Amino acid sequence: MSVRTLPLVFINLGGEMLYILDQRLRAHNTSEDNSEKVMNDIVSTLFSKSFMDELLKPQKLYSHRTMKTVLTRIAHTSIMRLNPASMDRLYELMVMAFKYQVFLCPRPKDLLLITYNHMDTIREFVKDTPAVVNHVDETHRKIIEVYSSLPEGEFQLLRQTLLIFFQNMHVRVSTFIKNKIQNPNGRFVLTTSGPVPHGTDVPGLIRTFDNKGKEVRRSEFPTGGSYTSPVREGSFELHGQRVLRLGLNMYTVDHPEETHTSKTHKFSQHTKGDDSPNLLAKEELNLLARLMGSMKVDSVPRVETRFRINLFNTDQEEEQAEASGGAVGSSFDVINIQAMQDEQAATQLAQIAGQFEEHAEKPETHSVNKGDDLLAMMDDL
Amino acid sequence: MYHKEKSIQIKNSASALYNNLCVLRIAPRRLTYFTVVHANVVNMVSASWDGLNYSHRQLQSKEPNVATSTSLIMQAAFCVLTSRDLLVVTSQKGIQMYESDGSIMVYWHALETPETPTEQAVFARGISGVWENYICVGVSSGAMLVFDIPSKGSNITLSEVLHEHSESITDMASECSGSQECIANLVTADDVGNLCVWKSGEEFQLLNKIPGFDMSCSSVKLWKGTVVAGYGTGQIRLYEAVTGILHAEVNAHARWIYSLDIAPFSGLLLSAAEDSLVRVWHLTMTPETNSVEIAHLHNECVTDTQICGAKFCDGDGYAFAVTGYDLSEIIRYVQS
Repeated sequence: MSVRTLPLVFINLGGEMLYILDQRLRAHNTSEDNSEKVMNDIVSTLFSKSFMDELLKPQKLYSHRTMKTVLTRIAHTSIMRLNPASMDRLYELMVMAFKYQVFLCPRPKDLLLITYNHMDTIREFVKDTPAVVNHVDETHRKIIEVYSSLPEGEFQLLRQTLLIFFQNMHVRVSTFIKNKIQNPNGRFVLTTSGPVPHGTDVPGLIRTFDNKGKEVRRSEFPTGGSYTSPVREGSFELHGQRVLRLGLNMYTVDHPEETHTSKTHKFSQHTKGDDSPNLLAKEELNLLARLMGSMKVDSVPRVETRFRINLFNTDQEEEQAEASGGAVGSSFDVINIQAMQDEQAATQLAQIAGQFEEHAEKPETHSVNKGDDLLAMMDDL
Repeated sequence: MYHKEKSIQIKNSASALYNNLCVLRIAPRRLTYFTVVHANVVNMVSASWDGLNYSHRQLQSKEPNVATSTSLIMQAAFCVLTSRDLLVVTSQKGIQMYESDGSIMVYWHALETPETPTEQAVFARGISGVWENYICVGVSSGAMLVFDIPSKGSNITLSEVLHEHSESITDMASECSGSQECIANLVTADDVGNLCVWKSGEEFQLLNKIPGFDMSCSSVKLWKGTVVAGYGTGQIRLYEAVTGILHAEVNAHARWIYSLDIAPFSGLLLSAAEDSLVRVWHLTMTPETNSVEIAHLHNECVTDTQICGAKFCDGDGYAFAVTGYDLSEIIRYVQS
């Protein structure tokens, strides 16, 4: 499958993360200064040259666990803190939003427009800090350089790789249900009406030709849908009208309950995991190590107090969610790699984790598996 | 024309891959096998015709003797040859061939993978059994591997490597009418829509190359000398294989076509796409005027589902089966 998914995965998931955090920061009445600081810190880490360069190397897409670990780390380069339960809910929202966008993407190439929509909105968040805007612009140029010339078939392969990554996830998101883009069973709505993608003809026509290539007959057939001509194509440049609305911010400030999620009752079965986890986990750990290593982190310890963001309505709800053990990976019925059985690898990761410990204070952990599972420890960072 | 029958539940959901359903009818045992790919696993269901017995089996993409390897599967397909049937599974690592019930792996061919990952993904995709005893498999580089299959046993050898396509192979199909009169017996398609028409033999002969229009041809069939090709634009085109003459062009679907199938005895054509629709068509040949016509017969909508596989369950097209992304069932339709 595609070896070029990571940059698009991180920009789009990162973008969704920023949309949600922006909404939560405002819902918590966070000060302008603090909000701006959080956004700037996260955006500059996500779009740092070293991190993007690592992502742009051809490599496969690993498990949700690795993605979540790296995204948590990115979120925590800011002064904001998320408890594991909130991080889990945040990740669910991010992934379901991106799944929706990839699923409904009209043409595989439009994945780029979705990515550019995220980048355009991110630029707005950090527009008062030119240095950070620069990072975003540089990344955007890089993405244009690498992806613009790919043929449609390659984009479809990329899209298929992403769809496998999202497979079996049907978390219900209240804003999606409210806007009727998701059904109560968690599946997205796919209409048989509306404009066809650019480059596709409206279905319904059969043309027959003779041996000389001359059209000899036209006939129509009922399509079972009501399709219309394509709308104008969006811009793939650094700036421009994207036209496509997928990838724009779906959350509003007034309705914080929009970020409510609930699992569907029927859990799909686990895919059979790999029999021998060690070697595969090593490949994935290597990626994790490289990505963490490439993230720019301030070596000067911060003096400001960190503040917590809650993805639930109350602190009590958050605690309950955590206590119920719903946190840390069990909600994802996707290919699960059982890492951490290799002691050497575990030590390696402990060293990497140590590098990023910015202060002596260790956050409290409610997790019963504390000490057993190093990846879970990183989730607490 | 068709109505929905009871679905078959499968162990995992279907992945969004082209041609992600394969059907093999075993008349003597009154059974039908179905295969559906989910990530690194092939789900096989054996269904008895009386609808009472279903047995499931899962095949993983694994290199023999390498405990740790597992890679994503691109396609699984049954190859029906004169002397035997085999199940071929193609993945990022290589090509596996099993006895048709999935019980024993008889052959493994590793793909050449570079030491450090290159920007071009490596995988095998596009499978077809060809007269008389060959199995062809496509590769992401555009190469086609031709395997010589003995009437029994595992002494399978790589007979030829053909380099006509320069883009990733998407699908291939052999002449399915059963007629020995057709000169061409294999068509291969790639990611920019180029089609190659071949005659099988000790050395495969390229009979014709039909240029694409820069749009991926994701599914292709060959029937009575006519190539039926489905594209990412949702269009279906009918070409005369040997000459490349375009017989007909259909604006069939609003999204990328994922699967085509033909019922050889009746000339029924099935097309399925990401737009959630399955359409049934009828192909008629008029040898006197050397013309081929296509007429629309029926639509089925699988609500909110991007379809990834659709196949007739028998040579007349009396029944067909459908799979969709994220769906853990094989939906069946039967003529009313």
